[in-house]
Amino acid sequence: MTTRKPYIRSMQGWWLKNTFYKKYMIREATSIFAAIYALILLEGLMALASGAAAWNDWLVSMRSPVAVIFHLLALAAAIYHTITWFAVSPKVAPNIIIGKQKVPAVAITALQYAIAAILYLTLLWVALSI
Amino acid sequence: MADAKKTIEIEILRYRPDQDQEPVWQSYQVPFTDDMSVLQGLQYIKDHLDGTVSFRWSCRMAICGSCGMMINNKPMLSCKTFLREFYPAKIQIEAMRHLPIEKDLIVNIDDFIGKLESIKPYIIPKAARSLEQGEYLQTPAQRDKYEQFSSCINCLLCYAACPQYGLNPEFTGPGVLALLHRYNADSRDGASAERMAVVNADTGVWGCTLVGYCSEVCPKQVDPAAAVNRNKVNSTLDYFYRMLIPKGEASE
Repeated sequence: MTTRKPYIRSMQGWWLKNTFYKKYMIREATSIFAAIYALILLEGLMALASGAAAWNDWLVSMRSPVAVIFHLLALAAAIYHTITWFAVSPKVAPNIIIGKQKVPAVAITALQYAIAAILYLTLLWVALSI
Repeated sequence: MADAKKTIEIEILRYRPDQDQEPVWQSYQVPFTDDMSVLQGLQYIKDHLDGTVSFRWSCRMAICGSCGMMINNKPMLSCKTFLREFYPAKIQIEAMRHLPIEKDLIVNIDDFIGKLESIKPYIIPKAARSLEQGEYLQTPAQRDKYEQFSSCINCLLCYAACPQYGLNPEFTGPGVLALLHRYNADSRDGASAERMAVVNADTGVWGCTLVGYCSEVCPKQVDPAAAVNRNKVNSTLDYFYRMLIPKGEASE
């Protein structure tokens, strides 16, 4: 006779039970802002294609307080996603061995910040010199 | 003062299949000294307060992988965690999450063992060598490619940390995939094509969404999340490689 009766615990609300999981869910949720931002940008492109009036209307709509607040939120979400992605990317990168030493995770993360900084500065320089 | 006994409250999620419909919390007052681990606290309870409390343990030094449990909601080895870290607050101890509770802090690990067997966790040589030919040699650089992943002690803390495993127990899971990588990355092994079937399956690496908590809780710094996610790259390469170079029992 067996008295075995394994108990399986519910997963309901699992991501609220732990700070690590909450941060993970926020990271995943940032994709919603990225998707909406992409749609807004697509709308802008379509406006540009359909002529000056449509383009100017789109530019005006981008200056509304709602649009400005959304863009600030989307920027914050993108920055959060970038930070978390740079932090986990050494887990996706193969083991890089230089000389006889394994390149530490922190070096891979730092390299990405450096590349990002160079790209942003280049973009800023291009934007200012137009 | 170091020897003065303090008392800490330990709450255990009890589950006695013969009398409980669902787990219930039970509290114990445990006198302790600064050198006592959480495991020693549990042993005190079993020896002096309540002999019916059940838990697994063996080596007491973080090498056997038997005493994993949720300590204040975090997967930890109870032998490697000290009571003094929590005092004067109480400690809550629960069986490892995402695994069925057999009794009290004991979980059923049959699923893990089955998955572990399925990846053939041993070296399958490319070409067998006879005794006269000698041992299978390996350079330190070749060893470095897998050494970290060979530190796994099968404690299952990574499974208790992985919500994807909790949501879908079909997922092969972090520990087994890390061990799979350990053998595939070994220069002496020749069975990686066979193991790639496990990697590529729906229940393989693609079940992982890189929560990353498995690597955070690993007591041996195995970094299973790295093993799983590097194998997403391998799985993609394997897919295109097999597309470009079709092989098998074609129409000859």
